[in-house]
Amino acid sequence: MPQPIDTFAANLPAGTRATVLDGAEAGFDMRKSRLHGDYDNVDRLRKLAGDIKQHTLDHLDEYLEKAVGRMEQNGTQIHFATDSDDARKAVMGILRKANATRVVKSKSMATEEVHLNAYLEENGVACVETDLGEFIVQLDKDTPSHIIKPIMHKNRRQIAETFEKHGLGDYNTDPQTITRRARAHLRSRYMECDAGITGANFVSAESGRIVIVTNEGNARFCLAPAKIHIALVGIEKIVPSDRDLGLFLNLLGRSATGQQLTIYTEFISGPRRDSQPHGPEEMHVIFLDNGRSRTLATDCREILRCIRCGACQNVCPVYRQASGHAYRHVYGGPVGAVLSPLLAGEKFADYADLPKASSLCGACNEVCPVDIPIPDLLLKLRNKAHRENVPSPGALPMQPFAKMATHPSLWRLAMRGGAVANLIPDSVKLPVPGLGTWLQQRTLPEWRGGKFRNWMKHRNGKNS
Amino acid sequence: MSTVLDNVRSALAARKEKAPYPAWEDAEVVSTPKLAQGSLVDCFSANMKAVSGLVMHSVAEVEQFLAQGHHLHGYCAPELAEVIGTKLGAGITFSTDFDEACYDDYTFGITRATAAIAESGTIVLNDRDTSCRLGALTPWVHIAVVEAATIHRTLGAAIAALGDDPNTIWVTGPSKTADVEGILIQGVHGPGIQIALIV
Ligand code: SF4
Repeated sequence: MPQPIDTFAANLPAGTRATVLDGAEAGFDMRKSRLHGDYDNVDRLRKLAGDIKQHTLDHLDEYLEKAVGRMEQNGTQIHFATDSDDARKAVMGILRKANATRVVKSKSMATEEVHLNAYLEENGVACVETDLGEFIVQLDKDTPSHIIKPIMHKNRRQIAETFEKHGLGDYNTDPQTITRRARAHLRSRYMECDAGITGANFVSAESGRIVIVTNEGNARFCLAPAKIHIALVGIEKIVPSDRDLGLFLNLLGRSATGQQLTIYTEFISGPRRDSQPHGPEEMHVIFLDNGRSRTLATDCREILRCIRCGACQNVCPVYRQASGHAYRHVYGGPVGAVLSPLLAGEKFADYADLPKASSLCGACNEVCPVDIPIPDLLLKLRNKAHRENVPSPGALPMQPFAKMATHPSLWRLAMRGGAVANLIPDSVKLPVPGLGTWLQQRTLPEWRGGKFRNWMKHRNGKNS
Repeated sequence: MSTVLDNVRSALAARKEKAPYPAWEDAEVVSTPKLAQGSLVDCFSANMKAVSGLVMHSVAEVEQFLAQGHHLHGYCAPELAEVIGTKLGAGITFSTDFDEACYDDYTFGITRATAAIAESGTIVLNDRDTSCRLGALTPWVHIAVVEAATIHRTLGAAIAALGDDPNTIWVTGPSKTADVEGILIQGVHGPGIQIALIV
């Protein structure tokens, strides 16, 4: 039975598939040469980082409390959000209180997860994405398809069209021109902003510092003119101490983009001091749960070690063919196949097909900087779906079949009526949910149903 | 206490086995090939060049570079005006007061670095030592003045020295993106040219 993800992959335009494949392969190659060129103990480091994260998760209650205590001492205002709605309202509450209507944002998966931008717009806040890729995604009203490279699915011609459409110059496909135009356009947005919204890559419980990394310098730019800084941070981002940050930063840059270190690595432990003319006077951190504590209680808790490097996406043969959008959730690829159904909670069934979209080749585990046993977790989720009898999206409803199979008269009728199917052209959509999708990749053979029963009947007659 | 914390507590309540904190040595996380160049200044220089940064050793070198690139007006941190700013000839002018209304007029920014990291070719800017964040960010050329004695050997050492400044930023080369088809472009939002002037 094809799952929605298979159908998406099958229908992906060849150009997009090629763009995604190139991007993913390049990411994979850069990671490999940098990480293995710089270290001869890569597996030890991956295991170590995984163990530190697992330890933190197993004691998350203690570390979260410690982090919060330190942050408050540092003058950071702390908020908690149990779900997306909470998170959006918390952000809006802070902005309202400060009369802030112009916001610049630095790329953050947590804000994508809670669909923050649309909510802010609805509430009269102009919110501009500043990461080049996210800026283009926002112009296109699209969604990111990769954790690190949000527009991995777009080529330069599509971007040139977008810029032209939005008045950012004539059609021009030169990446340098595109980048310069975005630079010029976004500068005034930064300078006029009231608040800057970011995520965080890590939080040190020991010092209460949050760490934000960008290559473009956009988070730094958001946090220079802005008077208010709001960071939306998943509770799993905590590490025990500052010392741990060195290990994680070394692994993150190399795993994500094949850089020894991401270019701008900012350590923030509170609002600016008076001696510094630029930077937020108020710092807010919103700790986001949104299914994380529930995931922590499951036997798939290892997925919370994830540091969002995207390496598993780059290496995954399914991701490479299907692209991130096939996963229908902000987190695509192997990490998303595990995380999305778990974070979905009661809506687990909506994403129950994702854990099946893997050949369990194990490559994702091998590249993961925190050694998450992704294939094992995928199997556990498949079992969960099986145990709980969760129908996958796209699965054909089985009740009509069950009814027919247990009622001989209905069955006979269906067999006789089945021949009608031969008269329906392939292009006509059948009113059975899921069947249309299934048929997109298949043509039905001619109906020859009922013959077996006939044959059996006559055969029995002969024998008696 | 918050619901989130309560939820975390109850998620962990039934757990019997909890992973201990693993033992590890700082040396395990050091990339030794990155420190093979000899002195700290040499390692820093080699690694900074590897990320497309420029390393200079005299004001004259900076002056020549700025003049050649027609970067003729910029910002210079007040505490560096006498030792560096006023020594720049060749028609180069500077202001020690960053005027936000004219942020695009500054083609270079000269600010003080708190430290540097040899292992990664990184410049460390603490809020306390950076006269203003924008002066090191909006100009096309950023010149960070690094005292040789402040160079840390490793990332770990730089982290241990973070101290109590509420804001520290590590800068490892010029601002970059590879968002458009993976093609590397320098100078996205921050400087397109990152210079370390070692004194
Ligand atoms: S699961 Fe591992 S490899 Fe995948 S994004 Fe997370 S940290 Fe990276």
